[in-house]
Amino acid sequence: MSSFIGKSIKRVEDKRFITGKGRYTDDIVLPGMVYAQIVRSPYAHAKIVSIDKSSVESMEGVVAVYTGQDVAESGVGGVPAGWQVDFKNGDTMKEPPHPLLVADKARYMGDAVAVVIAESRELAKDAADLLEVEYDELDAVVDAAKAVEEGVPLVHDDAPKNMCFDWEIGDKTATDAAMASAHHITTLDFVNQRVIPNAIEPRAVIGHFDPANDKYTLYTSSQNPHLIRLLLCAFVLGLPEHKVRVVSPDVGGGFGSKIFHYAEEALMIWCSQRLGIPIKWIAERSESFMTDAHGRDHVSKAEMGFDAEGNVVGLRIKTFANLGAYLSTFAPAVPTYLHGTLLQGLYTTPAIHLDLVGSFTHTTPVDAYRGAGRPEATYLLERLMDTAALEMGVDPAELRFKNFIPPFDGVNEPGYQTQVALQYDSGNYAPVLQRALEMVGYEDFRAEQAAAREQGRYLGIGFSTYIEACGIAPSAVVGSLGARAGLYESAQVRVQPTGKVSVYTGSHSHGQGHETTFAQVVADRLGIDIADVEIVHGDSESVAFGMGTYGSRSLAVGGSAIVKSVDKVLEKGAKIAAHLLEAAEDDLEYANGSWTVKGTDKSVGFGDVSLTAYVPHNYPEGLEPGMDFSSFYDPTNFTYPFGAHIAIVEIDTDTGKVTLKRFIACDDVGNVINPMIVDGQIHGGIAQGVGQAMFEGAIYDENGQLTNGSYMDYTMPRADDLPSFEIDRTVTPCPHNPLGVKGAGEAGTIGSTPAVVNAVMDALSPLGIKDITMPLTSERVWKAMQG
Amino acid sequence: MGLQLTVTVNGKQHSQEVEPRTLLVHYLRDVLRLTGTHIGCDTSNCGACTVLMNGKAVKSCTLLALQAEGAEITTIEGLAQNGELHPLQEGFKENHGLQCGFCTPGMIMTSVQLLDDNPNPSEAEIRHGLEGNYCRCTGYHNIVKSIQYAADAMRKEGTNV
Repeated sequence: MSSFIGKSIKRVEDKRFITGKGRYTDDIVLPGMVYAQIVRSPYAHAKIVSIDKSSVESMEGVVAVYTGQDVAESGVGGVPAGWQVDFKNGDTMKEPPHPLLVADKARYMGDAVAVVIAESRELAKDAADLLEVEYDELDAVVDAAKAVEEGVPLVHDDAPKNMCFDWEIGDKTATDAAMASAHHITTLDFVNQRVIPNAIEPRAVIGHFDPANDKYTLYTSSQNPHLIRLLLCAFVLGLPEHKVRVVSPDVGGGFGSKIFHYAEEALMIWCSQRLGIPIKWIAERSESFMTDAHGRDHVSKAEMGFDAEGNVVGLRIKTFANLGAYLSTFAPAVPTYLHGTLLQGLYTTPAIHLDLVGSFTHTTPVDAYRGAGRPEATYLLERLMDTAALEMGVDPAELRFKNFIPPFDGVNEPGYQTQVALQYDSGNYAPVLQRALEMVGYEDFRAEQAAAREQGRYLGIGFSTYIEACGIAPSAVVGSLGARAGLYESAQVRVQPTGKVSVYTGSHSHGQGHETTFAQVVADRLGIDIADVEIVHGDSESVAFGMGTYGSRSLAVGGSAIVKSVDKVLEKGAKIAAHLLEAAEDDLEYANGSWTVKGTDKSVGFGDVSLTAYVPHNYPEGLEPGMDFSSFYDPTNFTYPFGAHIAIVEIDTDTGKVTLKRFIACDDVGNVINPMIVDGQIHGGIAQGVGQAMFEGAIYDENGQLTNGSYMDYTMPRADDLPSFEIDRTVTPCPHNPLGVKGAGEAGTIGSTPAVVNAVMDALSPLGIKDITMPLTSERVWKAMQG
Repeated sequence: MGLQLTVTVNGKQHSQEVEPRTLLVHYLRDVLRLTGTHIGCDTSNCGACTVLMNGKAVKSCTLLALQAEGAEITTIEGLAQNGELHPLQEGFKENHGLQCGFCTPGMIMTSVQLLDDNPNPSEAEIRHGLEGNYCRCTGYHNIVKSIQYAADAMRKEGTNV
């Protein structure tokens, strides 16, 4: 019996949000709290000549001013990277210090040079504006490929040629041979532009050291509170972990940008250690633009080789990945293990090689942004596919069908071993494209397109069939690849004496609806009312441990940990029930919240068993009282969602404006607990992927100035830029986790970007236009149309 | 330094001195502690701070508190009446019109005026009406549905706020 799984249960968290009762970090006011404003470098690269603290220290209302020198003198280093990638020759990647405040040089526009703390936000801002900092501006480099050329300015003196690492994956010899023998090679130069995540809640931190109790509390708008605590304690400030509480209350979106341990988190605690009062720092939007970790920023040359029948025979790629000025927490993993390992895509390509350089530049650090590496891989593959189809005169859908990996369920048939290290768990790829083609009405569209072209109208259709590695991740696997953390998840299920259930999860919800989905899983498995289940997350004082939410991992990993704990509850419950029913455990069955002796009407309910566990008067001998179980779940493999996306666009020939007329997606994210929530994840993901294709992109000038760092200048999709989406799904369960789920958070973003760009290129193909660099703004499209 | 401000917020009159440069959004959040109104940007583009002033949707980061002298302000906290959710609040809940919830108060307050101006909007009119509000989570798909749901409900009830 399944009462809740698979149903679109309305979200339990919505009540507080629609009534204005959400509690985000900036909503929290602590007694005696003061406010911090960070003074940031206006230059991308500059020597800090002097800072005159006395210029503001005496201002009324100013509490303290600290500089990089103060932090350095306290012996505090910087924030660490959480992943190590080695050079091809085995040398360790370059990992320059990433201080909380810089003392010597600013290395990107927005680098923090001082913090001013005052009694109000306004006073802090006034004082920060008046702080006298003398800079000596230096030349900057912003481009990932240019950064590793001879003679360019160095970001860090100990990283020659600005190289953090070089890296490769796949078989170079086999790939070179395959390309040499290819019948046709499609080649494209790619710029996967830098995008800025822009969660609508700006980052927010409150640091509070309470000297009376030697306790530290950090409120932070993070996807990842426990990992922040670990890094803060073990690597940055050397704090006693048992004295540190990290709370991530309601968080207004993350999309990756709130995974990382930011310097401001450590800095607010460091400042509070000195002052003994709570200190709040809230990013202004312009500050978020400069200092939230950015995403993407790859420059690549990619070649896909085909035999005469249209089978892909080889894939060869050279990529420069921009890491920004410092290594953000997961930065090294993104262009390598989350990108290079996905280049198999859905195709049987027998030879693949990626050669990649990760370089430092005088720009904001780059790290995981929704999809993280997988959108970059998918963009290469799917742009190459549609371009190759055009060049070879074959249908782009047919070319994909021809090259798809055959179906395998991962149970009776083994997983699919790729050429780039991963083993896909289960997959059945043709049906998602087949379904998407039905939804779009492919033949009718081609007829409409031909008729439109007769009238001088440019309609286009673009395809994208993607795969992603989610449910991050088996600890031993990622450990062998350089991760400095395990990637399991924890869950505690505490049954209260009255049979109500509190669940403490290490996953963090910042829009994904865990409070509903996780409750569905628990209520369903226990056969109780969903209202009797409470999901608690985001507070290290109540949740024992957690690895946070990213990489579409919450349900696949965090949900699996919950299932393990629920199963322990049922196991113990059965012992108590058997005792109460004077029956053997084997003779019991559990359904609808009761244990029943098979074939009889003798039964005992979950509530009675729970009460008995806490009032153990009539109780099995030797069994501990209580009903409270913790579990850790470490997955055995990644999960591999996949899908097919199709975009239909029309180009305004006078202005170059692209209109996204339709967007069709058929995704397979494994089993689905709450279809409404999964659909919402797909919608939001599509919008962000479309954003990259059509509107978004950070623009740095040659001096390293971020020239579009505000909502006046950086364009994200608004409601009237998008159509309603047409979505459907197939279900290929994950064979290796108890819920059979694969993850849905990133699918939309990964699949949608190339579909849109391919559609524009299809529309413009009569003009001989093969490629336009994203974002496909009116200006860029119009210019391309002028030849 | 302060100047006297008298303003009615969610039906309750408040009168106190405020610093002249105080923005309406900061007055609502910091002085009245009505934290349902959010701040998502510093350029009046995101719409998270939208409230009703004398029945019209305004971005409260774009007004000084003193400009609200004598005005009636409604924030998200004041939208439900007598414990009954507004049809737009119902609509957003029923149609999964929110994820992280941060843009939601502004979206709902904007939509109040949208439906006030046009009780039977087309999808295109709804999308156009939301131009001043960013959502990064939903792709707007379910926000549009939420507003359509509320419009239907309000027409059936014959009520319009």
